Amino acid sequence: MNNTATKPATAPKKRKKAALDSKKARAGWFFVLPFIVGMIIIYLPIVVDSVKLSFHSIRPTATGIVTTFVGFENYSKALFDDPEFIKILTASLRQLVLDVPAIVIFALFMAIVLNQKMIGRAVFRAIFFVPVIISTGIIDSIDQSNSMASYMEGTIDTGSASTSAASDIINAMDVKKLLGNMIIGTELVDYVVGIVNGIFNIVNRSGVQLLVFLAGLQSINPSIYESCTMEGATPWETFWKITFPMISPMILVNAVYTVIDSFTSESNQVMSYIDHVYLEVANGRVISTAMSWIYFLLVVVLLGLVALLLSSFIFYQRRD
Amino acid sequence: MNNQTNKKLYVHNADQLKDYKKIGFWTRLRLRVFSANFLGTVIWKIFRFVLLVGISYIIIFPFITKISSSFFSPTDFTDSAVKLIPKNPTFDTYRAIIFDNDYFERLFNTATLSLFTAVIQTFITALIGYGFAKFKFKGRGIVFMLVILTMVIPQKTLMLSMFNKFRYFDIYGIIEVLKGAIGFGPNTTGLQLTDTHWPLFLLSLTGLGFKNGLYIFIFRQFYKGVPDELEEAAYVDGSGIFKTYFRIILPLTVPMMVTIFMFAFSWSWTDTFYTSLLYPSQTAVKLLPGLIEVPASMTTTTVAQELYESAILNAAGLLVILPLFIIFLFAQNALVEGIERSGIVG
Repeated sequence: MNNTATKPATAPKKRKKAALDSKKARAGWFFVLPFIVGMIIIYLPIVVDSVKLSFHSIRPTATGIVTTFVGFENYSKALFDDPEFIKILTASLRQLVLDVPAIVIFALFMAIVLNQKMIGRAVFRAIFFVPVIISTGIIDSIDQSNSMASYMEGTIDTGSASTSAASDIINAMDVKKLLGNMIIGTELVDYVVGIVNGIFNIVNRSGVQLLVFLAGLQSINPSIYESCTMEGATPWETFWKITFPMISPMILVNAVYTVIDSFTSESNQVMSYIDHVYLEVANGRVISTAMSWIYFLLVVVLLGLVALLLSSFIFYQRRD
Repeated sequence: MNNQTNKKLYVHNADQLKDYKKIGFWTRLRLRVFSANFLGTVIWKIFRFVLLVGISYIIIFPFITKISSSFFSPTDFTDSAVKLIPKNPTFDTYRAIIFDNDYFERLFNTATLSLFTAVIQTFITALIGYGFAKFKFKGRGIVFMLVILTMVIPQKTLMLSMFNKFRYFDIYGIIEVLKGAIGFGPNTTGLQLTDTHWPLFLLSLTGLGFKNGLYIFIFRQFYKGVPDELEEAAYVDGSGIFKTYFRIILPLTVPMMVTIFMFAFSWSWTDTFYTSLLYPSQTAVKLLPGLIEVPASMTTTTVAQELYESAILNAAGLLVILPLFIIFLFAQNALVEGIERSGIVG
């Protein structure tokens, strides 16, 4: 390295620049080298193996695993023979489409609120950070079959593990009465009721997004707001003309992150069904692999759609 | 003086008058109370406070129930009048979990494992992120797409293949050839790395651990926000690329690294996916996820058995995150600062 650094000192200027560029390119490779090595020796073989396995049936033996090629059998089993898979898949995708806007809007709203000056802001921020830590892994897996909260609220009887409709925050019937006279369709009412009753779920899944939005809001230059107030803009106008365009790149990041996060999370219905198939169905290990590749393709399509849709609304502040 | 009277003309909100001391009390009160948006501000403040308290309650309530139920004795669960505050508080639950389920051994193992993987992951992903942010090289786009790919493919998809990879570890048949050369015979099937720390160590070392794609992404955005002039000045002064990175850039990264370290540490602490996949025997290396089971001495056959066992599992979960919580209490300032300075916005 040092040789190449000292040599161009006597050479013409153009060559010096070229030498520095190629040196920097090599350094770039060096920095990402660990990742590339891991990719080649661990990750890509695993991915290829996983795709390959989804076309095979397997049988474990003492010396290793014996596989036989079966073509698209696993895929057709997952798609056509399994009565549950398609049902769960469509329900879960629909849920995902409904949840993403709810989570992103909620996170943005809370970030704006938490960005304002008030008493106890540090405490509230700390509390809102809790879901980031606990919404993965052990606590998540305990909570999946947990009736303790609803028991303590006194809404269920001893011994029964299912939550009753009485523990819902608002009753669907009340809201329907309230909104029934407005002409907004029953689907929208159901959607709103679903969101409010699933608020725990949404709060739990919007921790990281909230932090990203918070960082985004703090990077907006305060002098823009100052000049807005001077010109007499109302807070409402300020939000739509300043905050929203400035934060829009983060909206894309968060929408994409939300899709990725909710479809890879352990509490996802499809994921738990795949888990169930992996453990309990005959030859389930390969069928579950086929299932998760189908799911993966669907979500990649969804991700592409989200990115395409949002990127046309995004405002980028060019630095140069 | 002139300046101050001018200022008065632009006042929309009484708060802006704080530094204007010469105004009399009554005038101040009048300005504060009878300004047009006073009512709106008050309503918004009340609404905001209620909302924040409500959502904080939603986040915290499950913890309160977990904590209180962990002190319940079995008889409390059969008494339907007892909620939240136990009638016969007991430490039996904790005692049984700590001693029957080898809490301290598991705690020590998980703590060392999490510490090592988190430190390695933080450094490696910082390096990789720097490479993506500051250097132009051929194939950068493709390699970065691969990083995104590791984020998007769910771990479950690779579960079986990953297990096979580390159960019969081999690098394109090289290890098999080597083992054959030493004299293991033709039927060798690579190295068995499961039930050791090697798989997690290898994954962390190559930036492929849990959510490492996200860390690489965050570091890349962070380094993109660091002005190029810093490095250029160092290069002009004759400092090499690596010396510049380690002497000048890395110290700047510390707040961000603290944040990523805490993410990596807590996510590897509570991880159940890798620990159940890569330590299949459950006894060779005892880790914290194994704590989540009903201790042998606590099996009861009372009416409320199901609830009681659920309470025990919750108590075990609390014991798992208690050390994390204590660490966070001390690290919180550094953490929030790091996130706020992260420049994720790029």
